[in-house]
Amino acid sequence: MSGVRVLVGTRKGAFVIESDGKREDWKIFGPFFGGWEIYHVKGSPADPNRLYASQSSSWFGQIVQRSDDGGKTWEPVGNRFVYDGEPGTHRWYDGTPHPWEFARVWHFEPSHADPDLVYAGVEDAALFRSTDGGNNWEELSGLRRHPSAGGWQPGAGGMCLHTIIVDPRDPNRIFTAISAAGAFRSDDAGVTWRPINRGLRSEGIPEPQAEVGHCVHRLAMHPAHPEVLFMQKHWDVMRTDDAGDSWREVSGNLPTDFGFAIDVHAHEPQTIYVVPIKSDSEHYPLDGRLRVYRSRSGGDEWQALTNGLPQENCYVNVLRDAMAVDSLDSCGIYFGTTGGQVYASPDAGESWKPIARDLPAVLSVEVQTLA
Amino acid sequence: MIRVVLPAHLRALARVEGEVHLDVNGNVTQQTLLDELESRFPVLRGTIRDQVTHRRRAYVRFFACECDLSHESPDEPLPQAVTSGAEPFLVVGAMAGG
Repeated sequence: MSGVRVLVGTRKGAFVIESDGKREDWKIFGPFFGGWEIYHVKGSPADPNRLYASQSSSWFGQIVQRSDDGGKTWEPVGNRFVYDGEPGTHRWYDGTPHPWEFARVWHFEPSHADPDLVYAGVEDAALFRSTDGGNNWEELSGLRRHPSAGGWQPGAGGMCLHTIIVDPRDPNRIFTAISAAGAFRSDDAGVTWRPINRGLRSEGIPEPQAEVGHCVHRLAMHPAHPEVLFMQKHWDVMRTDDAGDSWREVSGNLPTDFGFAIDVHAHEPQTIYVVPIKSDSEHYPLDGRLRVYRSRSGGDEWQALTNGLPQENCYVNVLRDAMAVDSLDSCGIYFGTTGGQVYASPDAGESWKPIARDLPAVLSVEVQTLA
Repeated sequence: MIRVVLPAHLRALARVEGEVHLDVNGNVTQQTLLDELESRFPVLRGTIRDQVTHRRRAYVRFFACECDLSHESPDEPLPQAVTSGAEPFLVVGAMAGG
């Protein structure tokens, strides 16, 4: 019988939440790595038992954990993330040059085909790759060596490479996003990169339509339409139909177009989800009402989804990596909050229930659909 | 035999309970002690000091004999009470963050 495994990273450990395909009864396992920040946990599409977890702390640095049994047991693997060559500098908050310094892994992206091939997006922004299941890491330094990189600046959360999407039809094509540099694309498996930010407009930077410098919060893609990407920017929800060569705004009737998370329905490539957040200084929902917004037209026209979500006195945030979908016939949507709730909808957003209520602040949510 | 006390998170990571006992050949310094510790427990590489520069992580402290040795040279010999095993070498996660 089919089932669902939800992988939750929090400020104080990882949790695995499982259900059968009905998605009515859930069981929570964990915490794993209690007391450590778990920025991300993700499973391999090629082997659902293979999971990667980013475990870090300000005290003791970065650990990479790997599971080969779906999260029941874990083994630490390689944690040596060394920038290629002389790291150089980027621009610090005050505008001065600042040496590139590794802080943590924000995001793992396992290959579609090979469980041992996995990409890691790190702070300070760079892309690393392991071809041996996480034991050894090498930087794909063409990204960090892009001529614009010396001018990249961190966002409030640090200068992080937080989004990695590998084109399921062409593994040489990789998309990344960096706060606050923007979106980038490689067409040669990560050797060379170019910014793909044409059409973005950010009032908070000196040149609003600059080639780089945009605070892109998240990208999402439907695997059947890899040339179409959706973006939650700091402000603005955007879409591209040409793999990032040009973007247009699709915020439409959203009550606020600030936010972090964005995702695409598993079976409907034009159905997308965001969680509008009031503003960049008020990281909570507008009017204290937690609403997911769904567009069935690939943007512009949005509908609030509220059934089962708190509609008063709710002041949590939903972070960029904290939304995911399953691929059961009736697509399930999942998201986690900084208040420690994980909400699930087994009917594409029509109704919601918390499957965990009192976890530490949720940093990331990923979902595996199990055969 | 040198006695090392690790903070709870690193004991869990290394899967040890209580003190770690090390034999360090030659001159016993922070550097040679940590080299031996990381050799015995490779999972600790990068958790106490940087893997490349060997610089102590900012929120890690080294105490022994009621002294803070954190700012001593990594190549300075450790106190005789530590090298004899009379006193432990403490790796401490700094109290920070409220």
